[in-house]
Amino acid sequence: MSGDVLAITEHRRGDLRDVSYELIAAGRQLADALGGDLHLAVISGEVSDFADQLNRDGVDAIHTVDEGEEFNHDVYTQVITQLYDELQPGAVVMPNSVNGLDYAPAVANRLDLPLVTDAIDFSADGTLSVTREQYGSKVETTVEVDADHVALTIRPGEWPAAEGTGEAEIAAFDATIDESAVKSTVTGFEEVGGGDVDITEADILVSVGRGIKEEENIELVQALADALGATLSSSRPIVDNGWLPKNRQVGQSGKVVTPDVYIAIGISGAVQHVAGMKGSDTIIAINTDPNAPIFDIADYGIVDDLFDVVPALTEQFE
Amino acid sequence: MKVLVTVKEVAEVEDEFEIDGLKIDERYLDYDLNEWDDYAVEEGVQIAEENDDVEVVTVTIGPERAEETIRMALAKGADRAIRVWDDSLEAADFIDVATKTDILAAVVEEEQPDLILSGVQAGDDAFGATGVSLADAIGFEWAAVVNALDLDVESGVAHLRRELEGGIEELADVEIPAVLTIQTGINEPRYASLRGIRQAQSKEIAPKSLGDLGLDASVTESEITLTSMYEPESESDATIWEGSADETAGKLAEFLRDKGVGQA
Repeated sequence: MSGDVLAITEHRRGDLRDVSYELIAAGRQLADALGGDLHLAVISGEVSDFADQLNRDGVDAIHTVDEGEEFNHDVYTQVITQLYDELQPGAVVMPNSVNGLDYAPAVANRLDLPLVTDAIDFSADGTLSVTREQYGSKVETTVEVDADHVALTIRPGEWPAAEGTGEAEIAAFDATIDESAVKSTVTGFEEVGGGDVDITEADILVSVGRGIKEEENIELVQALADALGATLSSSRPIVDNGWLPKNRQVGQSGKVVTPDVYIAIGISGAVQHVAGMKGSDTIIAINTDPNAPIFDIADYGIVDDLFDVVPALTEQFE
Repeated sequence: MKVLVTVKEVAEVEDEFEIDGLKIDERYLDYDLNEWDDYAVEEGVQIAEENDDVEVVTVTIGPERAEETIRMALAKGADRAIRVWDDSLEAADFIDVATKTDILAAVVEEEQPDLILSGVQAGDDAFGATGVSLADAIGFEWAAVVNALDLDVESGVAHLRRELEGGIEELADVEIPAVLTIQTGINEPRYASLRGIRQAQSKEIAPKSLGDLGLDASVTESEITLTSMYEPESESDATIWEGSADETAGKLAEFLRDKGVGQA
């Protein structure tokens, strides 16, 4: 596999996202394994400011592309394919974020690159091996990529953020945008899930997940929250089902919470949920499946049926 | 207009399972309609209900067993279905994004849909890439992770929301024809009614081989090979309270009281 790595950074509404610094660490790891340089691209927005912030240890070159204010997948796809043609890197590394998933598959298709998404690790010893998760984190798999060039997306939160001050060469890249091929327009942003309760302010969160099975059963968990003087929150499926409003959702697409105590009830611990609550001071999990990923980050746990444990616990506080 | 919905039958793994080589032993798998695709089917059916002359067609890459799942989509209101499978797909260890893209692009060539809806990802391999890859391959516009859709058929524009991280939604307009990848929560998928289930029995599920689509076995060749599958080592250092539900609840209550919880 060819040596150089091109990593595509991400920003939103004027701020670089954390995954951009993680891309530097992941990209450096891959560039070292392949024996090449690490190039970053920063596309749209205040690209010069972003480039200064991204100039950290391990970056060899930063290409700024001053096209538009915010992310647009049609622009990103065109820019990245042109940068790729210019640099001919062995790997294009992109974030496995919502926006990453909105352009990475198109980039891979357009450049005819094999695509491996949601990487949590990789190694290269002649051949690139990528580690992924399947079946809701129940198994890990490795795939080998037998090609000279590859497109990868990396899972946010899996690599440390790069630090230190770098000595990267920063240069503007003149992309040619075919405006007739830009057929999507971002018309605005909205913050969702206001409402009367702010779960990010709560000291104690009692959080309910798919294990609760029926909407009526949420009462059980609400009763516990009331008895504890806690706030009720939930994982995504509860909100998807319309059983609780969006402002109660903890996770990547919901709120990031950091309470003193987080009690996860019937929550398996999908990576998107964990991203929103792993900063809690003490995490307690109640789940029937001893192998549920929630126990990997819990400090305390009960492996039992929530329908037995929750009423018993509520009784203790009533 | 025609709406094509990609539908995948996915395997769900029981709590306890064993891995046999590069697969989970069949005994521990339950098959079901991919959760994200369920929302995509519902969105397609709602578009058909709200507009005149809309046909909803599902397409599945999967073995005959998948027809049970496909019938569920038909029972919920899809008009007919296409299922692509043959010996070379059966023999492939791993069907990568490029292969799925080639197959679905061939189906698009035959069907000429105006809108394609696809789940954001599949619950089993979780690549999350097929919809956008397909859009690029067939020259359609696209949007990934759509959690609200207002389709203006007259003007040919999909007004939509994309669910970004951190409780932020992006509002965007996308020209159709387009591929939209559908996030859970965009709607409330209906249960299949008894009437719908009866009607689904008479709806068409057209089996297609690669040859029927003008493709051959080379489409299954991939530069990506699955080389290992294993249970991740547990990183848990959690203290697990043992005993009956009353006993464990008692221990947790004691712990919480020590932390000052419930003292108010």
